[in-house]
Amino acid sequence: MLNNVTLGQYYPVDSPIHRLDPRVKLVLTIAFIVSVFLVKDASFPISSFIGYALLLGFIILAARLSRVPFKLLLKGLKPLRLIILITFILNLFFTGGSVVWVEFWIIRITREAFLQALCYSLRLVFLVSGTSLLTLTTSPIALADGIELLLTPLKKLRFPAHELAMMMTIALRFIPTLLEETDKIMKAQMARGADFESGNLISRARSMVPLLVPLFVSAFRRAGDLAMAMESRCYHGGEGRTRLRVLKITRGDLLACGVVAVLIALIVVEGRFLPY
Amino acid sequence: MPIEVRNLTHCYSQGSALTTVALNDVSFVAEDGEFIGIVGHTGSGKSTLVQHLNGLLKPTSGQVLVDGQDLNGEHVDRRALRQRIGLVFQYPEYQLFEETVAKDIAFGPKNQKLSPQEIDERVRYAMDCVHLDYEKYAERSPFELSGGQMRRVAIAGVLAMRPSVLILDEPTAGLDPRGRDRILTMLEELHEREHVTILMVSHSMDDMARLATRLIVMADGKIVATGTPREIFAREDMMTSIGLDVPAASRLCRALRERGVSLPPDLYRLDELKEHILRAWKGGKEEAHAE
Repeated sequence: MLNNVTLGQYYPVDSPIHRLDPRVKLVLTIAFIVSVFLVKDASFPISSFIGYALLLGFIILAARLSRVPFKLLLKGLKPLRLIILITFILNLFFTGGSVVWVEFWIIRITREAFLQALCYSLRLVFLVSGTSLLTLTTSPIALADGIELLLTPLKKLRFPAHELAMMMTIALRFIPTLLEETDKIMKAQMARGADFESGNLISRARSMVPLLVPLFVSAFRRAGDLAMAMESRCYHGGEGRTRLRVLKITRGDLLACGVVAVLIALIVVEGRFLPY
Repeated sequence: MPIEVRNLTHCYSQGSALTTVALNDVSFVAEDGEFIGIVGHTGSGKSTLVQHLNGLLKPTSGQVLVDGQDLNGEHVDRRALRQRIGLVFQYPEYQLFEETVAKDIAFGPKNQKLSPQEIDERVRYAMDCVHLDYEKYAERSPFELSGGQMRRVAIAGVLAMRPSVLILDEPTAGLDPRGRDRILTMLEELHEREHVTILMVSHSMDDMARLATRLIVMADGKIVATGTPREIFAREDMMTSIGLDVPAASRLCRALRERGVSLPPDLYRLDELKEHILRAWKGGKEEAHAE
């Protein structure tokens, strides 16, 4: 019933991209997002075209290296196709311009509007595919680790970086457990004649009560047990705690940083010196 | 209402790399009035089998016939059949959700769309079956009861549907000896007085020795042996080879026989063993006197 749910979208293979330090990957993803916004917009069509070509080349390179099938990367765009479509249509119809392509009644499509719509849609496509490349190649646990380490400097400002990461890790850890539990309780209630599938919205919402109450009860019980188990092993927060997997910046990480730096530099330079 | 399982096979996550065969060509018949014990090592497919008997899983191949009707057939009222087969899951106390014990027990009968009076009658009947005093417990929250009491409330929730077959998956797991004894006594009464057919999964061979009329031994998704407890427990070597135990009485009987006490080889119940030991002891004394 619920056994088709995969956690996150992590694609577990071994590749140079998978092996990158999660901190580096996070920072590089942010840098990539910035570079997407550095690409000139449609008022400089040639510069913008070159910029997007560079981004596309980078994504293809990264995807190839990561051994993640392109299909999966495109699948990440699926939930956003509506938003991308709306962006395209709105920009197409509501941007002014001088070179008119189509005009009748209140509809007026210009060359500028078309290019603008294309630009903004591409921007979304690149943002999403860049970030899904991160989640496809980084396990949730490694991601939580990376976030914790990146947020560590904020500890000076009393920001609970360790606690936040621990909460994320625990939450991720318990998703499969809770799914299993849900399945079990659902079956138990179905054996008592419960019906989760038919009826209107209200009766279906009501039929969730016999499922949700036991689920919450057991989640709280589990949380209590886990807290007890952690305390009995002397867990007292992040202070002075060493890690099992020590993250180290390797040559590959430096190389990846270099590649992204070159990408950003190219985009900035071509944007500056190609005023078309 | 006999249940017949015919060549039942079940695979989890079929078609992927993680395919596991949980049940492999399992066939047996549970006749009316039987008390069948299903024993097997962890992962032998017991729990999967039990869920099939209630139509909660769909067989990969094979059939489950209830009263001659295929549980997964096209024109079968699965919910109606399901209500005649009560299924008590492992740790059933985790399925309790209502504010009061009575309301929780009434959940099943309510789903059967019974009248309020009838529901009330069923609740009283079910609480009586599990030895919970109606006056004392009906209006209490199930969450403030002890573990053993909660489990009995959960079992009552299934009994209130008045099933003609009751299936229990490890009903005594995690209970103290007293809670365990209460559940077993209750099952014994249900079987004898109410003539409910019972199928029980358990790891405890002592429980099985006390209650079962027939045993089904499973290993690796297959039935490896079936027979009366006396037949099964006499094959101690087979049981240990698949990681199972025999009742304490069987072990004691064997140990005594190895020391030369004359006892029949297939004793497995504590009370009959006691009789035989006393007889052998007295016999031995008389022999000594005769000399």
